[in-house]
This record gives sequence, C-alpha cells and structure tokens, in this order.
Amino acid sequence: MSIAPPEFDVMSRGPDTGARSEDYLWTLNFGPQHPATHTTLRLVLKLEGERVVDAMPEMGYLHSGFEKIGEHLTFNQYVTVTDRMNYISPIANNVAWHHAVEALLGLELTSRCKYIRTIVAELARISDHLLSNGAVGLDTGAFTFFLYAFYQREVIYDIFETLCGARFTNSYTRVGGVSQDFTPLVIEKIRAFLKTVPKTLDDMERLLTRNRIFVDRTKGVGVLTKEEAINRSATGPVARASGVTRDLRKDEPYLAYGDLDFKVACASAGDCYARYLVRMQEMRESLRIVQQALENLPGGPVNVGIDQRTALPTKKQVYSSIEGTISHFELSMANRGFEVPFEESYAAIEAPNGELGFYIVGDGDDTAYRARCRPPSVLHFALFPFLIRGHTLSDVVAVLGSLNIIAAELDR
Amino acid sequence: MPHTPPAVDDVVAALAERFGAVEPSVYRGQTRVVIPAEVAFEAFEVLKNQGFDLLVDVTCVDYLDYKGAKHRYGLVYLLANTATNQRLTVRVFADDPDPTVASIVPLWEGANWLEREVWDLFGIRFEGHPDLRRLVMPDEFTAHPLRKDYPLQGRGERHNFPVITRDHS
Amino acid sequence: MAVENGPKLELPENVFVSKLDELASWCRKNSLWPMPFATACCGIELMATGASKHDLARFGAEVFRFSPRQCDLMIVAGRVVMKMLPVLQRIWQQMHEPKWCISMGACASTGGVFDTYAVVQGIDRFIPVDMYVPGCPPRPEQLIQAIIDLQDKIQREGTITGREFDTAGRQARKRALVEIAAPLSIDASRNPVLQRELAAAAETAPRS
Repeated sequence: MSIAPPEFDVMSRGPDTGARSEDYLWTLNFGPQHPATHTTLRLVLKLEGERVVDAMPEMGYLHSGFEKIGEHLTFNQYVTVTDRMNYISPIANNVAWHHAVEALLGLELTSRCKYIRTIVAELARISDHLLSNGAVGLDTGAFTFFLYAFYQREVIYDIFETLCGARFTNSYTRVGGVSQDFTPLVIEKIRAFLKTVPKTLDDMERLLTRNRIFVDRTKGVGVLTKEEAINRSATGPVARASGVTRDLRKDEPYLAYGDLDFKVACASAGDCYARYLVRMQEMRESLRIVQQALENLPGGPVNVGIDQRTALPTKKQVYSSIEGTISHFELSMANRGFEVPFEESYAAIEAPNGELGFYIVGDGDDTAYRARCRPPSVLHFALFPFLIRGHTLSDVVAVLGSLNIIAAELDR
Repeated sequence: MPHTPPAVDDVVAALAERFGAVEPSVYRGQTRVVIPAEVAFEAFEVLKNQGFDLLVDVTCVDYLDYKGAKHRYGLVYLLANTATNQRLTVRVFADDPDPTVASIVPLWEGANWLEREVWDLFGIRFEGHPDLRRLVMPDEFTAHPLRKDYPLQGRGERHNFPVITRDHS
Repeated sequence: MAVENGPKLELPENVFVSKLDELASWCRKNSLWPMPFATACCGIELMATGASKHDLARFGAEVFRFSPRQCDLMIVAGRVVMKMLPVLQRIWQQMHEPKWCISMGACASTGGVFDTYAVVQGIDRFIPVDMYVPGCPPRPEQLIQAIIDLQDKIQREGTITGREFDTAGRQARKRALVEIAAPLSIDASRNPVLQRELAAAAETAPRS
C-alpha cells in the first residue's frame, strides 16, 4: 500500500538505497520518552510512508553503573541492587545472583531452600509474563487485558509482601538461604492464588487469543527464524517461540526443577503472536510447578548450617551455642565476613526474560571483584532492527512489546 | 551445586593441538581455556565448527587491583552448545596501552552490542567490528567507567548540567 | 469600594461566590493530567497506582497523557541518569504553565541507592520540584498521598499571582554548595571562619 512507484518496493531492498528513494524517506525519533510502556529506550526509525526501512536503536538512558556498584557492596548488600534490574520480576534476579554467588563459593543449599526459591522464582515468572503480555495488549489497544493482568499481579505482590515485607524489590535471598521462611499464611495465600488465577488466564485468553484484531496485528510480524535466534544469542521465550528448545530449567537443572514435572512451551513461527502464546503457556506451566513444589515442600532448616559460616544463624543458635555466637559475630562485623576463593565463575538461571547469569570474580573477601550481569534484554533489543525491517510503524510497538525489553536490565 | 555441564575434553584437546598451550582449568564444573589474542579469531572459528553455536556473553575484567595478575584486561567469552548443552569459557588477555582484540561479529552477530559495551566501559578496541561506538554512556563521555582507576562517584560529570528554575520554564 | 460593607445578598441555591484564585486552583487541582516520566522501578508502581486496585483516576488524574503539551503534572518516577537529564529538562520546558513536578522515589529525589558516576543525585538540582515521595519504590498509597498533598499545595498557593516562583532562591543555593565543595579537598567543617568565608563566596559565585 505504498504511495511510491512500484519499482521502489521496500521489501526487496536493503538499507543502502539509491539517491532517488531518499526523497521518500523520513526519520522519526521514538523515545526515550514515548507513549509505549517500555521505559527509556530510543529508536530512530527511517520510514518510507508507514513502512520502516531501518531502525537504529539507542540505549543507555538508564545506565546507572550497576556493575561498578557490585565491586563495592558485599554479596548480601548487592542483592538489593539486583532487584532493580529486571524490575518486573525482581525475585528472579535475586535468585540468579545468589545462584551465581553460591556457585562461586561451592555452597550446597538445603532442600527446603531450593523448593522455596523455586516457588518464588515461578511466581516471579508469572508476574513477569502477566506484565509483558499485558503491555503487549496495552500497546495494541487492549486496556481491559492489561487491567486483568495487573489485578493478578497485585495478588502476587500481596503474597510477596506477606513473605518478606516488600511488594516488589524484595531482596529476598541471602548467601546460603533466604531472609524469611515460609509461614502458614504465605502458603495459604499461594494456594488461594493458584485457585483463582487460572480463571483470569482463561478470561485473558478469551479476550485476545482468537481476537481478529490482535491476531492480525501480531501474526507474521517480527519473524525470527531459528538460526538467526541462535546466531544473535536470543534466549528465553523469544528464542523458544522461534523453535530453539533451550530451557535451562530442563537442560541444566538447578534448584528443585529436577524433581518437578513440567513441560517447556515452544513454538515455531517466531512472530509476535508465537511469543505471546509461549508466554501464556509458560504461565500455566509455572502454576503446575508451584502446585507441585508447594505440595512437596520439605521441612527442615531453610538456611545452610552454622559450620558453613555464610548464613546468619537463628537467634536461638546465637544465644545458646558458642558456634552460633561466633558465626554471628564473624558475619556481622565489618572486615570479617566469609572467605571467598580467588576464582571466577558463571552461573545462570532461566529468568522469565531469558538466560540471566552473573559472572563473578572473587578476591578473598565477600565483596565481588567484578560482578557482571549477562542481560537478556540487550541481545533482544539488538534483534529489533532485524525484526522490524519492512513492517509498518504500528508494528513497532507490537514487536517492542513482544521482546519484553526492560530498560534497567538493558542498561544496568 | 549448580548442574555440571557435559565434558568438553575433546574440544579442549582440539584447541590445544592447534594452538599450543591453552591452560585449561576446571572450576565448579566449568571449563576455562586461555587463548592468546593473536590467534583468537581462528580459535573461535574452530569452536564454532565444533558446535558452539550460542554465544552467551562477552565481557571483560580489569585486573588492576587483583592479587597475582599478569595482564591488565581479561576478556571473557562464554560459549554454549545448544545441541549437547556443553559450556566453555574462553579468556583472552590484553594489556595497556591500546588493548586490541579481533572482533567475533562475523561469527556470532550477538557479539555486536556486547563488544560495543566492552569498548564503552573498558576501552578495549575490537578490530573488524562494523560499528564500534559507545553503547551505554553518552557519546561525549571520554572516560571508560568500569576501569578500576575511574572512581565510583565519577569525576563530577553528573553535576555538570544547566539548572532550570521556575522563572525560566 | 468595600464590598464587604454593602447589603447582604440573598443567593439562590445554585450560586456560590468565591475568589477567582480559589476557583481556578480548585479546577486545576481536581483535574491534574499527569505526564509519567517513568524510567525505572518506580514506573511500575506508577502503573500499579493507575491500575484498578489503587485507582488514581478517583483523584481527577484519569488521563495519563504522554505528551508534554497536554499535561500539567510531571511525575518523575525512577532514576535519571546523565544521558537522560537533558531529555527531562527539554520535556519540562515543553510543558505549559501552570505545571508541577512530583519527584517519585528515592532515586529521583536524591539519587537513591545509586551514588555512581552516571546517576543524577536528585532531579531537583536541575529542575524545580514541588513534591517529593520517599520510598524505593513508594507504595501506591504514598503516591496517592503525594497527589493529595500536591492538590492542597495547589489550592494554597494558586497560580494566578505567581507565588510559586519564589522557589528560585532555594534552588540556586543548593547548586552553589555542590560547586564549591567538590573541587576543594579541604575539610571546611574544622574551621568556622573558613566555613563563613565559603558561605559568603557561595552567595556571590558566578554560575558556570
């Protein structure tokens, strides 16, 4: 539907066009302040009428120096900063950070802790996908869908607040365990959530999945093939929607995932609609995981024992045993802390957005020498020019939403 | 303990055969090799042909204050094989002045922005990179912030802006 | 002419008398159109405040317009970094008078957790702020309280007489302190005479 003469068909040309076609091109600056709900990222779009010829993404509008802060804070202090990375599922970042720290230290967690971390990580996954799909709905005009999703997120926030005091930015994990154990009230609230959320997911699917307008706006838009997904290092739902069957929960089982029975959602189309469907299905699988983990929640201590000298002992242990007192003293006093080997290691988890890993270099004391966050959003944002070429301006928001780019994880 | 990925001994052996001493080491189940900067690109080609099709991350560590460090910059490349789930960490060292390494963008397109970020934050030049400019810092920024000699609070750049008061706006 | 000494008027039920200032402030405070300058985590709490559980629309702030030309309340939610500050200033200048600014969260008010090379330590160093909301992130109820307090402020101060422009002196002093303290590496707190001299120099220091 271009107003240009037929020989200037954009789809068959690359960005290096001849001089005459330059007359038809105009530049649109999209962001860093823009109406879509994806915070501070900037796109400079070169358009021919409504068709995008090229897109030059620019990031860095939220770069706060997270990696430099990691060199000045201890492991248990830095977890508060990791909350602020992927801020729509902060507990997943906490789990990823301490997963990497415990890999460096060689700590083995208690089984109760593994199950608890699995449950909160999956609740964070549900929260993330609710917002991500909600944002896709909102940006393509479906406001009710967004409000349904946000209501269930408020229920998840309530669970997290009962658990550790904060709605999000929980800073829930600690080296060797978690900060608060599950109480019966928390378990009851999670059970209530598991009963009510499937109906909301059904309602949400009824609104959009077979909605003609939504399907037309997202089917065939932003297609990512399997080879390109691997070559461009896409991971998570973006890659799984293109046929890459890589999921760290199955390929490199960590925490309690090895004991639980769940499926990995994949699609082969690679367009925005496939990514939407993959996320909806992943939410249902997450519900199954939380159900199984909650039923099989082991008893016992949630933090590692005192002999490991990494997690704070309980008050009872501090006041009644000498090891407890010594351990408490060693961990709380400045300039003491625990021993960290002079080594480097990388560990990743399957975060809702993709493979979220931390490369940590240890230098003896409990402050990292280098704490590198491997951000899935950077690689997904780099995919954007490749996906959007040839589509129209209204597809920009749909593609951007389906990639789920979180600016804080993007820029760190 | 995190899951131990499948062994990569044959890959390490192939590298050692071709490039000499690669100093393999294993820590917590992760295999690391060291490749000299001059042969880095060929080594990555070999690795890609061995099946390491997913580039997980490209990053750098500044060893200025590290005990027992022999070089200043250690580039870290994390690779994975999606078919067999093997993982490998490749380290390439560089030194001041003007640390330079060959770019691996021709092999993995995902390295494009990751290398730009390393250039921006550490100042390591990648030869053959199609578009080496700053990624996260503003273009007019001259320092490389993640180097150990750059202070955490910066050098006053964050205060250096015009003030808009009520009577201006 | 002293109207108050005249005869008492009998007003019908549907007429009330007010000052123009109060009437205009009442209209303005009850239909604030926020412009969400949402950068980071506080942006999610801002969205939650606008969503169905804590509904900001009850307070008149129904329309979250993203265009500065159509808004009068800028809510800066999240940390503002060096690269983003010129954008923030430009958007503030594009907004029409009367306009107000809420600095939501610790990062926008003072830099928050991030005392680093990239994060601006408080947007009030560079743009005028009317209301600060502490928290990391603030609960939606805190943001709603801030909007209510801002509504009270609007009613009190009004915009017809231009009283809001008195904040200029406060802002200039804060900026001067930053400039003087940073390059000098002496500890002025140990020397009261030096402190007095530095304070005097700050009043008359030329703006760079």
